[in-house]
Parts: sequence; C-alpha cells; structure tokens
Amino acid sequence: MTNAISVSGLHKSFGRTHALDGLDLTVATGEVHGFLGPNGAGKSTTIRVLLGLQRADSGTVRLLDRDPWHDAVRLHRHVAYVPGDVTLWRNLSGGEVIDLYGRLRGGLDPARRAELVDRFELDPTKKGRTYSKGNRQKVALVAAFASDVDVLILDEPTSGLDPLMEEVFKRCVAEERERGRTVLLSSHVLSEVESLCDRVSIIRKGRTVETGSLAELRHLTRTSITAELAGPPDGLAHLPGVHALDVQGGRVRLQVESDRLDAVLTSLTRSGVRSLTSTPPTLEELFLRHYEETGR
Amino acid sequence: MSAYTGTAALTRLALRRDRLMLPLWALVTGGMVAGGAGPLGALYDTPAERAALAASMTANSSMRSLYGPVFGDSTGALVAWRYTTFAAVLAAVMSLIIVVRHTREEEETGRQEMLSAGRVGRRAPLTAALLTALVADAAVALIITAGLAGEGAGGALALGLAVGGTGMVFAAVAAVVAQLTESARLAKGLTATVLGLAFVLRAAGDAGDSPALTWASPIGWAQNVRAFAGERWWVPPLMAAAAVVLGAVAYGLAGRRDVGMSFLPARPGPAEGRIATAGGLAWRLQRGSLLGWTLGFLVAGVVFGGMVEGASDLVGDNEQARRIFERMGGQAGLENAFLATLTGLFGMVAALWIVGSVLRLHGEETSQRAEPVLAGPVSRLRWAAGHLAVAFGGAAVLMAAAAAGLTLAYGRDGGPVLGAALAQLPAVWVLGGLTVLLYGAWPGAAVAAWGVAGLCLALGWIGPSLDLPRAVLELSPYAHLPKLPGTEMAWAPVVLLTGLAAALVAAGLAGFRRRDLRS
Repeated sequence: MTNAISVSGLHKSFGRTHALDGLDLTVATGEVHGFLGPNGAGKSTTIRVLLGLQRADSGTVRLLDRDPWHDAVRLHRHVAYVPGDVTLWRNLSGGEVIDLYGRLRGGLDPARRAELVDRFELDPTKKGRTYSKGNRQKVALVAAFASDVDVLILDEPTSGLDPLMEEVFKRCVAEERERGRTVLLSSHVLSEVESLCDRVSIIRKGRTVETGSLAELRHLTRTSITAELAGPPDGLAHLPGVHALDVQGGRVRLQVESDRLDAVLTSLTRSGVRSLTSTPPTLEELFLRHYEETGR
Repeated sequence: MSAYTGTAALTRLALRRDRLMLPLWALVTGGMVAGGAGPLGALYDTPAERAALAASMTANSSMRSLYGPVFGDSTGALVAWRYTTFAAVLAAVMSLIIVVRHTREEEETGRQEMLSAGRVGRRAPLTAALLTALVADAAVALIITAGLAGEGAGGALALGLAVGGTGMVFAAVAAVVAQLTESARLAKGLTATVLGLAFVLRAAGDAGDSPALTWASPIGWAQNVRAFAGERWWVPPLMAAAAVVLGAVAYGLAGRRDVGMSFLPARPGPAEGRIATAGGLAWRLQRGSLLGWTLGFLVAGVVFGGMVEGASDLVGDNEQARRIFERMGGQAGLENAFLATLTGLFGMVAALWIVGSVLRLHGEETSQRAEPVLAGPVSRLRWAAGHLAVAFGGAAVLMAAAAAGLTLAYGRDGGPVLGAALAQLPAVWVLGGLTVLLYGAWPGAAVAAWGVAGLCLALGWIGPSLDLPRAVLELSPYAHLPKLPGTEMAWAPVVLLTGLAAALVAAGLAGFRRRDLRS
C-alpha cells in the first residue's frame, strides 16, 4: 500500500448543487499533502466523504485501502480528524474532550498529551463555552496529535491560532512526518503549506486543477527577472514564453515561463549583464492564478 | 445614541427569525380557547346542565386542582374555567422561549457581540426581545377576544388579557433569569421550573381552598380575572405591574454586567476526563436534565397524590362530573379514576421529555459536535444508542418517580400505582420512536415531533370534555392504553404499542445509517 488516500472521479451533489464534480486526489503514505482551493471549492465535502460521514454519489474513494463508507468504524481507529470549525460541549472541560476523543480511539499516551497541552499553552480546565475560537482549535489539535494514528486529516486547522501557535503546529506536523504518518492538510495559509507539504493538490469548483510537488508546480509557472544591461536588449520581444516585457534604457523587467529560461538568459548575456535578479514563483502566485481563473 | 438605539431594527430581526414559530404558536394557543365555546356549548346546551356541571366541579377538589375553580355557569365562564390554565401555560412557554432566544442565546452564540458592535444601545436587545414577546402575547389575546366576542365582549377581552398577561409575566421572569445564567438552555430550564412551580402552587391552592397559595401564582391570577363571571378588571393591571417590576430588575441586572457574562459564572472543570464511550458522553450530556425532570415528576406526584383523597368528596350521584371522570379515567371508582387520570397526564408530559431527549441527536448533529465523534471509531448505531437509551430509559425513570410521589402522598399500596404509571410507557415510547423515525429519515423535519407530541397532549387533555369522535381520539397512542389502576390490565395494546415503538426506532436508525451527516 503506497497510497494512503486515493480518490478518483468523485462526484457529490446536494440537491441541485454539484459540490464535487469528478475530483481526483492521491496522497502517498508518509507524505504531508496540501489541499488547496478557494472557499466553497469542495475541500470539506471531500474530507467528509473520506471520513465516511457523507456518501459519494459516484467515483472511487479509498482510505488506507478500504472503503470509508462501509469500513468507517474500522478505519477511524487509524485516523484523527480536526474540523475547521471546532464546536465543543459547553459544559465539558477541554481536558474531558481531549480524553474522550483519545479513549474512543483506544487511549492516549498521557506523557504525549501533557507535553502537547503544555506546548499549545492550553488550559484544559476551562469549559467548552468559555474557550475562544483559537483555544477550541487547540483542544482538537491536542486530541489529534496525541492519538496514535496513521493518518491525520486536518481541515484548515490553524484558523484562529496566533503566529506563535502556528509555529508550534508546524513543528507538530513535521514530527508527525518524521514518524511516518500521512497528513492531509487543507489550508489557506500558503507559507504553512509551502514549508510543510511534500505535494499539493489545488481544487476548484469540485475538480482537481493541479497536483504535484511544489517543484513540479513551479515548473509550470513564470520566473520574474530584472536585469541591468550594458547595451540595449536584442530580440527579447520575439522569444517565445516571454511576458510583461518592460524595457527602459538598459533596465529590463520581464516574466518568463520556466522552461524558456535558457533562451532568455542567452539573449541577455549577448547584451552584457551588469546585474540580474531572478525570483522564483511563489505558491501564492500559483494559487492566485488558479483562484482568479474561477472568476469569483 | 441612546440606550435604546436599534431597538426597532432588532425587533424586526426577531420577528423575521420567528416568522413561522410565532404565528403558529399564537394561533394554536388562541385558537384552542376561541374554538372551545362551540363544543362546550353544544355539550352542555341548557342552563340547567351547565349549572350542574359548575356545581359538581366546584365541589370536587381534585377537579379544582386540575382546572381551577368554576366562577360562573355561562358557556363563556365554562370556557374560561376549562382553558385558562392550559392557555396561560402555553402563552408562558411561548414567551419564555422568545425572550431567552433573543437575549441569552444570542450572547451565548456570540451573535450579540457583532450586533452590539454596531449602532445598538445597551438596552436595545432586551427591549427588542420583550417587544417581540409582547407582539406574540397581544396576538394570542386578540385571537381569544375576537373568537369569544359572541359570548360577551367584556368577558372575551378579560380572558384574552388574562392569558396574554400571564405570557408577559413569564416573559419578564425569563428576562431576569437570562441575566443570571451563561447558558440559554439553563435559562429556559430555570424559567420553566418557575412556571411549573406556579402551576403546582395554583393546583394546591385551588384544591385546598387556600387563596394565599393561588394568589402566589401568576396562573392563579389569570383564573381570578374571572372572565365571563363578573370580571375583576384590576387583575390585568396587576399582571402588567408585575411584568414591569420584573423587567426593571432585568434591566438593572443587565446594566451591571458585560455582554456574554452572567451572575452565575461557569466554574472550571476537571483537567482530565473519564468519559470513554459514546454512551458515556450521552449520559454526561443528558444526566442533568434527567435529574431535573425526575425531581419535577416526584414533586408533582406528591402534590397530586395528596388530592386523591378529595376525589371521594364528590357527591356520588353527580352525573356531570362522573361523565368527565369516566371519559378521562375510563372507569367508575372515583379514586382509581382520578389516579388513572393523573398517571395519564404524567404519561403525556413524559412525551415532552422523550421528544426533547431524542432530539438531542439532532442538536448534536446540526451543531457539528457529532462530526468529530463519528469521525472516531464509533458507529452511528452506537452513537445514537447512547442517547436513545437515556431517552427511553429516562421515560421509565420519570414514570417511576411520579408513581413514587403519588404513593408517598396517597399512602396506599404502591404496586398498582407503579403498574399504572409504567403502563403509560408504550405510548410514550411510540412518540419517542416517531421522533427517531423523523430524525433518521427526514432530519429536516425532525422538530415536527414536538407538534405530534403537542397534538397528543391536546387530545388527551381537552379531548374527553369535547365529545370528539372516537376515531380522532384514537389517533393518540394514549387512547389505546388500559385505564389503570382499577380495570383489568390489557396486555395486547401494551405489547402492540411497544412493538410499534421498536419498529419505529429500527426504521429511524436504518434511515440514519444510510443518509449523509448534515453539515
């Protein structure tokens, strides 16, 4: 079993709304996989189908090589889940909730639990209704990280966390990866995805529009180049793959598709390069390009 | 900007949110009273018959405890006697739900913060909630006044004011309680306890002819408006004054606290938990309300049990009283008939417990709290079973508590009373099963279970005195139960109803396993 999660051609409708329209998602065992998409793209619906909380209309869905709808209970022993909007029972303390989720899965390691409560600076004696959004999120995160599972499914887990706690979260995910666990991380925080994820999938309107490692995805995008040349540039405008060319005297700014970089550099060198800055595409640019195409 | 800025906008928001519940509740409450004149008038159509009914009802302390005293023998006065208590309780429940829903519940969910950050005065939310309750209670009063105008405009107006006024008194009680607790559920529960206490005080006062007890209860005030029987016009202003005083207390408390805070703050809980199963979680979530209900049943059992002796005070040859008793109790022996009536009433009230308890499933699911539990290794059946065990088992505990209370005060052999109380369970369970079916198969319509339970309650409470067709009365599962104690135990309906309840639960759970979890 090399893929912890494999989804293909997943469809799911609610009445006349097509939430998922042929979605594909493959997460290899042991990788941290970023799951990106604008609001309403179908991320949470995909996660609910993966958890067997909702049933696929069509398509194949496999989690740890089992059907999540039919084998829900058996699978859930090996899966921990953090919802994007954690609601707690108003009269149960955070500690009671953490232990409940842990015991349902067969028990928590008390040392690990204590360490996580400490690292996330959570007061486990407060009642559910008195926690802030970030603290409710911490309750769910501690419960998930303290449990001994193979797969972690995290749906926008850092919403409401302060930057310090986000750092703690990142370290926890990194530790999970070192232990060989698989993490599906749905997120809007691109720096988080960039620093944590081995591969990402970008979805839009219920379909997967891009999937691969960050390096692979960057390959599909443009590099920004700013150069100061000794003489006027020569023939740059005619090169394929060059965009947004802006020439002012010897100063050149342009964007180039990553696989056309070689020809552009050759052309620049002919004119004599005094300085050169090259910026690789950030995930953010990649992300925005796909988001803007949705025409929201 | 004054303390009341934004009241109009918030009131419109509240009326918009309650656009379905409010007219429906007002229509049912008001319409029940307004429509009562026809059947009662037809049933007792000569002055002599009405006078006989009034005399016998006045003579019987047990009947007085249930419905209150009879103040006159016109059709209007009989309607007032028969319906005032029931309608006043309904109006009070409606008002307390409205007020808590638009004050404490808004704060608890955090919605109030967003509103209060706008151009909203400090007193506007509470004022808007009270105004909304006023609109609802005025609607009830108007429907009663218009519907009964044919019996005498003055009496109709007095009865309308009595019912609507009780509603406003409890709206104000709820306004005070909502300042004290952090949880809306607790605020509703505490206000409902005050209402229950008011009912018991009035029942005890009327049964024992002790006006002090009756006058301690706002429901007693409603009766003592004496609609259609020489109206006491000074009582409705008394209600208004009580509402104003309580309202002032609520405003005073509200001005001394922060948004979202309360005077009974939450204490910290344990850092480590012991709940280890879905069933344990269900028990932990519901045990508090089960305890409250059990105490309520026990106390009510003691209060009503003390009145059973009075049943034999009734003159033996009084035909009218016998007719009503025989319909409700289904037998001739008066003490047994009264006990059978009481256990029947307890059974019907237990339906409210079971519907509310089963609907916890619905609440857990729609509030997203079920999702992470079901994302753990907990099957849907196991998760539902925990709550259903508390709901169905809890109903048995409640009936046993009522029987214990009745026996304590009545002081006879408790066996038959316990048997009679437990014999109500199959009907309670059928309503619980129906709730499970609605929840499992049509979760969007799950709360309609309240309507079904309300209908059964109305059929059992009001039906016998209206000579409704048998077929209509038998829509209620309670109509099929043996009238214990005093008659032979009939096993067939008990077994059939229990089987029906089991089938409904099974069908509901089968539906729940197949459907998507609602998000």
